[in-house]
Amino acid sequence: MKLQHTVIAVVAVLGAFALAPVVISSGFLLSLLIMVLLTTLMAQAWNILGGFGGQLSFGHAAFFGTGAYAMAILQVHAGLNAWLALVLALAASAILGAVIGGLAFRYGLRGSYFSLVTLAIAELLRILANAVPFTGAGVGIQLPLHASLSSLQFADKTGYLYFLLAFVAIGFALSLWLRHSRFGAYLLATRDSESSAQALGINVQRIKLLATAISAFLMGVAGVFYVQYFQYIDPGIAYGTAFSVQALVAAVIGGTATVFGPLLGALALQILGELTRNLMGGAPGVSLVIYGALLVLMVMFFPRGVAGVLKKR
Amino acid sequence: MFDPSIIWASVLNGLTTGAIYALIALGLTLIYGVLHIVNFAHGSALMVAMYGVYFLFVKAHVDPYMALPLMIAAMFAFGYLLQRVVIARAARGNEQSVLLVTLGISIVLTNLALFAFKSDTNTIDTPYSLQTVDILGAAIALPKVVAFFGALAVAALLLVLINWTSLGRAIRAVSREQRGARVVGIDVERIYALSFGIGLACLGAAACFLLPAYYVNPQVGDDFVLIAFTIVVLGGMGSFMGALWGGLIIGVVESLGGLWFGDSLGQMGIFLLFVAVLAFRPQGMFGRKGA
Repeated sequence: MKLQHTVIAVVAVLGAFALAPVVISSGFLLSLLIMVLLTTLMAQAWNILGGFGGQLSFGHAAFFGTGAYAMAILQVHAGLNAWLALVLALAASAILGAVIGGLAFRYGLRGSYFSLVTLAIAELLRILANAVPFTGAGVGIQLPLHASLSSLQFADKTGYLYFLLAFVAIGFALSLWLRHSRFGAYLLATRDSESSAQALGINVQRIKLLATAISAFLMGVAGVFYVQYFQYIDPGIAYGTAFSVQALVAAVIGGTATVFGPLLGALALQILGELTRNLMGGAPGVSLVIYGALLVLMVMFFPRGVAGVLKKR
Repeated sequence: MFDPSIIWASVLNGLTTGAIYALIALGLTLIYGVLHIVNFAHGSALMVAMYGVYFLFVKAHVDPYMALPLMIAAMFAFGYLLQRVVIARAARGNEQSVLLVTLGISIVLTNLALFAFKSDTNTIDTPYSLQTVDILGAAIALPKVVAFFGALAVAALLLVLINWTSLGRAIRAVSREQRGARVVGIDVERIYALSFGIGLACLGAAACFLLPAYYVNPQVGDDFVLIAFTIVVLGGMGSFMGALWGGLIIGVVESLGGLWFGDSLGQMGIFLLFVAVLAFRPQGMFGRKGA
C-alpha cells in the first residue's frame, strides 16, 4: 500500500474508535474496546522491537511493569501530579529499554540469547518488586480514585478510551514512520542481515538500542494506563508473564512488521478471549491456552499473520 | 556467622538439588546441541512429567521410583512426537519460528494444567518422605540422597549412550555437522526427534526423583526452567560436562545464597548470575570461545 492510502486507512480506523462511545452506550462493549486498544498498544510496542527489529523479547512485561510502578509510586508516595508522573514513568520505561538494549547488544546477544535475557530480567524485576518495601511488596499499590482530567482518571469509560486512543495513534504513527523512514529501513536491514547492514555503514548497535527504547516507551504507556484504569498494581500483574505473552502473541498472529498487524492481532485475541469466557466460564488458564495454541498454529501455517493472509488475497 | 554444621548441611542439600538441576539441564543442552533450539517448553514439560508421577502415585499407587521406567518411556514418546508433529513442521530452518513455537507449547501446557488442576500445590506422602540419612553430622532427607545418586546415575547412562553407542555417534555427528551427517546416510530428522525425546526423557527421570521431596503445581516448571537455562549457559550451550558441573555449582550457590540472604534474594542471585554470564561469558565456563 502507498503511504497516503495507509495513512487514510489509519485515520479511518482511529476515527471509528473515536466515534464508538457516541454510538455505543453498552459498558460491556466499551470495556471490550478498551481492552482491544490496550492489547493493540502492547502489540505495537512489541512489534517495533520484535517485528521491525527482529529481536524477540519474551519479557516485555519488564517495561509494562516499570511504567506501571513508576506511575503508581510517583503519585501515591511522592504525591506528584498525574501528568508529571506520566512523563517520568514513560521516561523510566524508555531508559530501562535503553539500558537493557545497550547491555544486551553491546555483548552481542541475539536470537534466543536475547529472548532469554529479557525473560530473565522481567523475572528478576518481579522478584525484586516482591521483596522491596516501596512497591508494597506482594500487597501491591492501590491508587486513590480522583476522577478529573488533572489526575488522569475519568468518571466514565469514554475518557479512558480517548486517553488510550491518543497513544494508540502514536503507536500507529511510529509504525508508519518505521515503514517509510530511513531509520525504519536501517532497522529492517539490521533485522535481515546484521553483517550486511554493518558493512553498509549502519551503526546496528545504536539502531537496535533506539528501537528497544522506543518499544519500551510504548509498552510503558500500557503500564501507566493499566494503573490509571484499574487503580491497582502488584508484582504478579506488573512483571508476570501474562502481558509479555499478550504483547508477543497479538503482534505475531496479527503479522509482524506491519502497520495494522497489532490491531488485527489484538482484535483476534480479545474476541477469542471473550468467546471462550462465554463458552467455558471464567476458568483460569483457558484464554492463555487459546493464545498459546493460536501462536503455535499461526507460526506453523500462517507465519506472516492475519495481515499477511489478508494481503495475499 | 553460621555454625559450620549448618553450612555443611546446606552444601549437601545444594548438591542434591544441583544433581536434579544437572539432569534437567542435560536434557536442555542435548536438545540445544543437536537441534540448535533453545527449548522454552522445557519447564512446562517437566511440570507435565511431575503431574504424571503424582497421578501414578495417587490414582494407581505406583511408587515414584518404580515409575521411573514408565515415565522415561512416556516422556521420550511425548518429546519424539512433539518434535516430529509440531516443532519440525514449524521450523523451516527459521530460528525465530522455533523459538515462538516452543514458547507457545509452554504457554499451552502450563495453562492446560492450570485449567485442569487449578493452581493448588500438591505433594505426595511416601513412607520414606520424612526419613533422613546422617552424612558426617548433617541430616539429609532420604529422598534427596536417592535423588542425588539417581540423577547422577541417569546422567552417567546418558553420557554412555552419547559416547559409546552407534545412536550416540549419530547424535554427535548431527550436532557437529548436520549436512555431513546427512551425506553419510544418517536420517537427520529421526536423530532430531530422538534427541528431543531423550531430552524430555531426562525430565521424566528428574520428575520421579523430585516428587517425593518436592511439590507439583502448574507453575512448578518456572522454578526450574530459568535455573536450567542458567546452567546450560554457564556450562556452555551444548556442553554435557558443563551442564553437569554447572548444575551442581548452581545448586550449592542457591542453597548457600538462601542461607545468607534469604530465599527470594538467593533466587535473585541466580538471575543476576545468569544475566552476567550471558553478558560476559556467553560461551560458558566450559564452552569454546566463539562456539
